[in-house]
Amino acid sequence: MIFSPAPRAIWPLAPIAFALLLAALHAGAGTVARYDFSGPVTEEHFKAVIGKLRCLVCQNETLLDSNAELAQDLRDEVYQLMASGKSDEEVIDFLVARYGDFVLYDPPVKPSTYLLWYGPFALFVIGVVALVVTVRRRTRNPESTLSAEERERAERLLREAGEGDEHP
Amino acid sequence: MSGELGHFALILALCLAVVQATVPLAGSYTGNRTWMSVGPSTATGQFVFLAIAFGALMQGFLADDFSIRYVAENGNTQLPVIYKVSAVWGAHEGSLLLWVLMLSGWGMAVALLSRHLPQVMQARVLSVLGMVAIGFLLFMLFTSNPFERLYPVPAEGRSLNPLLQDPGLAVHPPLLYMGYVGFSVAFAFALAALLGGKLDAAWARWSRPWTTTAWIFLTLGITLGSWWAYNELGWGGWWFWDPVENASFMPWLVGTALIHSLAVTEKRGAFKTWTVLLAIAAFSMSLLGTFLVRSGVLTSVHAFANDPARGVFILAFLSVVVGGSLAIYAWRAPHIRGGGRFDFVSRETFLLANNVLLVVVAALILLGTVFPLIYDALGWGKISVGFPWFNKMFVTFMPFLLLLMGVGPLARWKHHDPADLVRRLRLAFGVSLAIGIAFALPVYQGASALMGLGIGLAAWLLLSLWLAVRDRLKHRRGARAVLRDLTTQGRSFYAMVLAHLGVAVTLIGITLVANLEAERDVRMAPGHTYELAGYGFRFDGVRNVQGPNYLAARGTITVFDGDRQIAVLHPEKRNYGPGTMPMTESGIDVGVTRDLYASLGEDLGGGEWAVRLYYKPFVRWIWAGGILMALGGLLAVSDPRYRVRVRRRSTATAGEALAGGRA
Amino acid sequence: MLRYLLPLGIFAALAGFLAVGLKLDPKEVPSPLIGKPIPEFVLPRLEDPKRRFGSADLKGQVALLNVWATWCVSCRAEHQVLQALKESGVVPIYGLDYKDERDKALRWLQVLGNPYEAVAFDEKGRAAIDWGVYGTPETFVIDKRGIIRHKFIGPLTEEKVEDILLPLVRKLKAET
Repeated sequence: MIFSPAPRAIWPLAPIAFALLLAALHAGAGTVARYDFSGPVTEEHFKAVIGKLRCLVCQNETLLDSNAELAQDLRDEVYQLMASGKSDEEVIDFLVARYGDFVLYDPPVKPSTYLLWYGPFALFVIGVVALVVTVRRRTRNPESTLSAEERERAERLLREAGEGDEHP
Repeated sequence: MSGELGHFALILALCLAVVQATVPLAGSYTGNRTWMSVGPSTATGQFVFLAIAFGALMQGFLADDFSIRYVAENGNTQLPVIYKVSAVWGAHEGSLLLWVLMLSGWGMAVALLSRHLPQVMQARVLSVLGMVAIGFLLFMLFTSNPFERLYPVPAEGRSLNPLLQDPGLAVHPPLLYMGYVGFSVAFAFALAALLGGKLDAAWARWSRPWTTTAWIFLTLGITLGSWWAYNELGWGGWWFWDPVENASFMPWLVGTALIHSLAVTEKRGAFKTWTVLLAIAAFSMSLLGTFLVRSGVLTSVHAFANDPARGVFILAFLSVVVGGSLAIYAWRAPHIRGGGRFDFVSRETFLLANNVLLVVVAALILLGTVFPLIYDALGWGKISVGFPWFNKMFVTFMPFLLLLMGVGPLARWKHHDPADLVRRLRLAFGVSLAIGIAFALPVYQGASALMGLGIGLAAWLLLSLWLAVRDRLKHRRGARAVLRDLTTQGRSFYAMVLAHLGVAVTLIGITLVANLEAERDVRMAPGHTYELAGYGFRFDGVRNVQGPNYLAARGTITVFDGDRQIAVLHPEKRNYGPGTMPMTESGIDVGVTRDLYASLGEDLGGGEWAVRLYYKPFVRWIWAGGILMALGGLLAVSDPRYRVRVRRRSTATAGEALAGGRA
Repeated sequence: MLRYLLPLGIFAALAGFLAVGLKLDPKEVPSPLIGKPIPEFVLPRLEDPKRRFGSADLKGQVALLNVWATWCVSCRAEHQVLQALKESGVVPIYGLDYKDERDKALRWLQVLGNPYEAVAFDEKGRAAIDWGVYGTPETFVIDKRGIIRHKFIGPLTEEKVEDILLPLVRKLKAET
């Protein structure tokens, strides 16, 4: 049951809450224990590669954490590619050629993802500019409508109340 | 019978919500006191009827009444009682009922606890809450009725998703929903103030305790969710940037900004329109999260059974509430004036900068969360935006916020001599920098630039907090003076210290666990010992254990530190019967400085099992920090000045006079 | 004044995308293989393991390759549609039996009817990976030059056949 029947049949009892029901579907642990890491492929390296790849049939899981059958097959495939000396890029290209960018949790930088990759920096710059403009305007803002007398009274009261005792 | 009772109570609650949404509001414009006084009684009545509906559904679960479809789908006679109760909110319809119940609970609390408010204000706040309730009640009655009957009646229910059969998950959703829904009060106050055109320090003061209370719940809800995921899922992680997690984190960030902004508005009368916008945004983010999670537009680990009609309804509701309130904002906000003068170097500036950063981070998380949808909607295909992207962005922007957090509490309102600020902080900065560099130097295993950054920033936070406390205590020598300060005007200061301390603790936890953790997938035969991070893990085999409603393969792993046995872990794989996936129950030895964690993988035959072992240094600190933040919030809410009906003249008038004398 | 309208504008844009998003299926991942030549493979035939079936057999004609399995629930629903399509004789259908048991698969075809010209038996699912298969059923439309032109994810239905498949097949047949 790889296609839609799987989630539908099991998930009418759908969970609530936010929660990473990660591994919810196929809770996987020790998924790579079956491989031989005494050779050219180390466990860290293998996990680093499959840990950033998305399982296609799961809700939102990495190839590392999924127990779905396809995930298992793809792990085998990746292991064999790595064992045969393929570089990380070649392994990733292999999967992207078959399944598309969807398998990458770390999306590639290309014109269609410029918004994603550079948008946050644009937001940040806009935020900083807005901040500077606002503060500058405020620093020039004439001190409202208080008379000197009122202000003195207010400041005295503030001092009594303990300078700067108000914290968010 | 209970089904019809519940259904009927829902309809009555809806009727009351309609009255609550209209009559007090109309009264507030015509000056009709009788109409306005309808607000509190309808709010209370609405809560009572929803409590009846909720009780009716719970009764359905306790009595195994499988003629109610929802009970048949989520209940089971074999379910332990605690999970029969939590199954009430175990799926879409029931969780929505819980949501509405909480909304009405907040409404009733406002009705009861804000009698000192001007009646016009209270009437409008309650009306806005009534409008929100109408939306949710209609949603429930038309697309997601939990009391729908099922015929023929099945002999047995399909039972609660095994994954949710965990004490953590019984409590987590109510906390989270209290947070989401709680922001509706801040939202209602903001809209009421906008409608009245009177956004003053008093408004901010009324709004603050409500906002902080909602924030406390949300903080605890997120913390508990993260802990549960770590504990329960056997993957050793505590955050995955899944859309559902983001849906809770975005309102938290905006809510955090709101708490800080409200402080400025209350104390200095500044940033009024900004604060109002944040109040609208915090609740909008909560609603947006609901939409994202329940409409099925995003692939999330958290799959509600999706029904397109629901998506359309929530989107329409979202558009009315968010679009409507933003339209009122655009109409009213330009007329709001005021706010005192302040200098470039002043607490106002730092708080505003903090707001900008929090909002930028919330916005980028929103971007990352909905980007796959935008990408697809534009016909560009499918794309995934996952944890690597979020981590990179988060690590890029959060340090700025943490740097500011060090300075803000030390800066004075209005004006602070830059030279003085530099003089106070330079030593702390130098020391933090040195600590950061020391941790980044590759002289020990696990050192990295990120390690240095995290620890350096944590040191910066702690040192600057210490400076702030020292300043505070300069004139308050002795425990009695401190205690007196704590029980009078100083409480909000200590609340801030506690919450910021929580951030530092979480930061230390995240940094250490991310950089120093160790993990191994091992094939283990009984008697076999594996060494990880200096601990020996001996596998003592697996035996079958019968649980109340599951059969478990229970592993035993004995952990040694050298020759000394320090723990016995029992990871399990539970099978809840046909049609369910096996559940992983991890075995964890909890410690202040490290967790040792094991989860059971597949049976490899011949007594051998695949086992995943983890060494998780300081992982508890992540959640301890969350709890500290919530405690800080609690201390702030308990501030006596929120409960003083007749406000003490001194501080109030001082703040407001400085703010432009328009209280 | 305009800056006060900005939040509303941003929300309107977001709501627009969300509305479009409601019509999309987030689980359907389009294949990058569309427009590309079919992946090379040679597999034993289901009905006779000694004979082979491979990518060479698919070339030179407009054809469908249907990925199925006996353990796949929605394949059973799809089967009737395939059967009807075969009877219409519009386009030859080839099968790729994915990670299945030979006996069960043969019995399935015996009982439900055999819509396929030939079925490749992909016991390990290795060829399916090259085809970018991530679920069953999936159906590829291949043109005369051996280029994949379309992929149906999920079961074919009468509507999909009428609205998308048949017009596409007609168009591809007209190509030289």
